Amino acid sequence: MLVVEGLQVEVGGKLILKGVDLEVGTGETHVLLGPNGGGKTTLLMAVMGMPRYRVIKGAVYFKGKDITALTPDARARLGIGMMFQKPPAVRGVKLREIAQTVASVREAAHPPAPSLEGIAERLNLSEHLDRELNYGFSGGELKRSEMFQLLCQAPELVLLDEPESGVDLDNVALIGEAINDLLGKRGKIKERKASGLIVTHTGHILRYVNADRGHILIDGKIACHGNPRDLFEEVQKHGYGRCESCR
Amino acid sequence: MPVERELEDVRRSLRGLDSSLLRELDRRAEAAREKKAAYSLDIDLRAFHEGEAVARTDSLEALPDEVKAVMLASGVDPSESGRAGSYVQVGKNVIYERVNQIYSGKLEIMDVGDALEKYPDVRDLWWTVVAPDQDKYTAFSQLHDVHGYFVRVFEGQEVELPVQSCLLLHENAEVQNVHNIVILEKGSSAHLISGCTTSPRVKTGLHIGISEFFVRPGAKLTFTMVHNWGPEFHVRPRSGALVEEGGTFISNYVLLKPVKSLQTYPVAYLRGRGSRAVFNTLIYGLENSHIDAGSKIVLEGEDSSGEAVSRAIAQDKSVVYARGTLLARQNRSRAHLDCRGIVFGDEAQMFAIPELESEGAPQSLLSHEAAIGPISEEEVEYLMARGIPRDEAVSLITRGFLDVRIMGLPQALESAIRKMVEITQRESM
Ligand SMILES: Nc1ncnc2c1ncn2[C@@H]1O[C@H](COP(=O)(O)OP(=O)(O)OP(=O)(O)O)[C@@H](O)[C@H]1O
Ligand SMILES: [Mg+2]
Repeated sequence: MLVVEGLQVEVGGKLILKGVDLEVGTGETHVLLGPNGGGKTTLLMAVMGMPRYRVIKGAVYFKGKDITALTPDARARLGIGMMFQKPPAVRGVKLREIAQTVASVREAAHPPAPSLEGIAERLNLSEHLDRELNYGFSGGELKRSEMFQLLCQAPELVLLDEPESGVDLDNVALIGEAINDLLGKRGKIKERKASGLIVTHTGHILRYVNADRGHILIDGKIACHGNPRDLFEEVQKHGYGRCESCR
Repeated sequence: MPVERELEDVRRSLRGLDSSLLRELDRRAEAAREKKAAYSLDIDLRAFHEGEAVARTDSLEALPDEVKAVMLASGVDPSESGRAGSYVQVGKNVIYERVNQIYSGKLEIMDVGDALEKYPDVRDLWWTVVAPDQDKYTAFSQLHDVHGYFVRVFEGQEVELPVQSCLLLHENAEVQNVHNIVILEKGSSAHLISGCTTSPRVKTGLHIGISEFFVRPGAKLTFTMVHNWGPEFHVRPRSGALVEEGGTFISNYVLLKPVKSLQTYPVAYLRGRGSRAVFNTLIYGLENSHIDAGSKIVLEGEDSSGEAVSRAIAQDKSVVYARGTLLARQNRSRAHLDCRGIVFGDEAQMFAIPELESEGAPQSLLSHEAAIGPISEEEVEYLMARGIPRDEAVSLITRGFLDVRIMGLPQALESAIRKMVEITQRESM
């Protein structure tokens, strides 16, 4: 589904990703761990094609196609969706407008989405539909707004940047379920189509989402791979110090 | 004196005024005949002439389709559905005034000249919140034949449907001289929309519009002016509002089409305790437009408060001045000014000039925020990540920037103006 090959990415004139290789198969969910500033957000942004994350070297493939030169909107239309760690507010534009637009983009390729209102209600966002996009939203509301937009979009590759940070326990459960919906994890394994790449610090989300593989990103490079729970346990016990040595 | 005789002949509309008052007003106007306005380009008034006579109409539906179309594009509905009343002036000709039957007895609409003749209280208000000697435009207005709308909402009446007025220029190089008086009697409320526009084939002209608003205790007026001119028109509105105790004056101004030059700086005098004024301005500067639009709130009453919000875009080779003044003369008063601008392209110019003045009101609180900046690239890219192409993302954000919702309009008016924003936006991208 997603192949990242020798990716080097520059942000604000500074080399942040220094050669990243990663593969997420169809229906797989991977988690991305790593210390602050390690480059996790940068990797997701680069996969999404955000212009300020400049690819210096390497390539990104989606469903076998080289998408390195595509703009984010083209990538979104191909089926990539992202939950931002720090989504901006857009004044004067309603959450509802964006959700509608996103849903119409999706409908070209997918069966029609369940009603907007229904999805909003599930995420306790009914009253936010007619508010300005992300404007004045609390930390938890921002995460749910992002989740809501993704559910409307229903992408095949889901990039989630810290979906549970700053979210209270009840809402982590809500978001966990929504992620499972996005990834189609409720259905039979054979029917799993969507793939996920999830950045997490707390690992809370692993209680709800069945991840297949984990990667640790340190200083712009993947330091190690492994079973996500094992990796997370290791990090909980020893921090990222050991990872650096096993690089 | 022959000059005076002549004036009195042409200005039949002012025959209601007492001759000593008329003489005094003329004297002041005469003294300001050549007085340049404080802002914007100076206009040679001799380049314009008074237009021809146009016959009255019994129905707005009977007007030519092309005229109806421009009316609609300025928020005036020729079908009059959902309107409490209508007033239409073509050049100097009042061609239509009508109060919707269900509102008869709640408000009145007539040519201001008739009102001057009929009502002593209207005569007492003439030129009291705008000065005839403010500049050459006010002077011109006083010294020439003038018409305009007189709208009065009677005490305690709530007029839910908007009252509409349309001021139309219909001849090349015509000067349209308008003087309006609007009175909201005690405890009444109304929406008044004033659409100013031109017949489609007319290319040049000058519009001088004096508007005096009187908001009596506890009354509320929402006044929305939509300007829809062409690239060769000069426009000089001169507006003032007097707001009494507990009264609210909301003034919305919308300019989304090119204009040669527009200069306006309406003032609200918050005289009564607890009175309130809100100015909302949406401006889209296009082509070679020279736009200078401000608003001023004078806080004179205890607990008076005001807000002036301006959203302006300068594009192409346009020059946009966004001004605002808050003047406190009363200790217990507060007001805020919020002025934001976007400049598209490197040939457009914008100036945001907020001013705060306190005259012996040390406890009053005046504040402002002003910003000119591009559309946030981060926001554009965020929307792109949702599958929205760059152009559309920019459109969405721009449209959101010119947010009509701030005006607090009735649904129908709001969606009409939102549609105008969308059209302008689509055409200009
Ligand atoms: N515009 C920029 N200019 C310079 N450096 C930048 C810019 N944007 C990001 N960086 C740097 O890139 C590095 C990687 O940032 P990134 O956001 O990818 O880290 P992260 O792994 O997501 O961290 P966190 O866990 O804190 O979210 C950081 O050191 C950050 O300061
Ligand atoms: Mg991050």
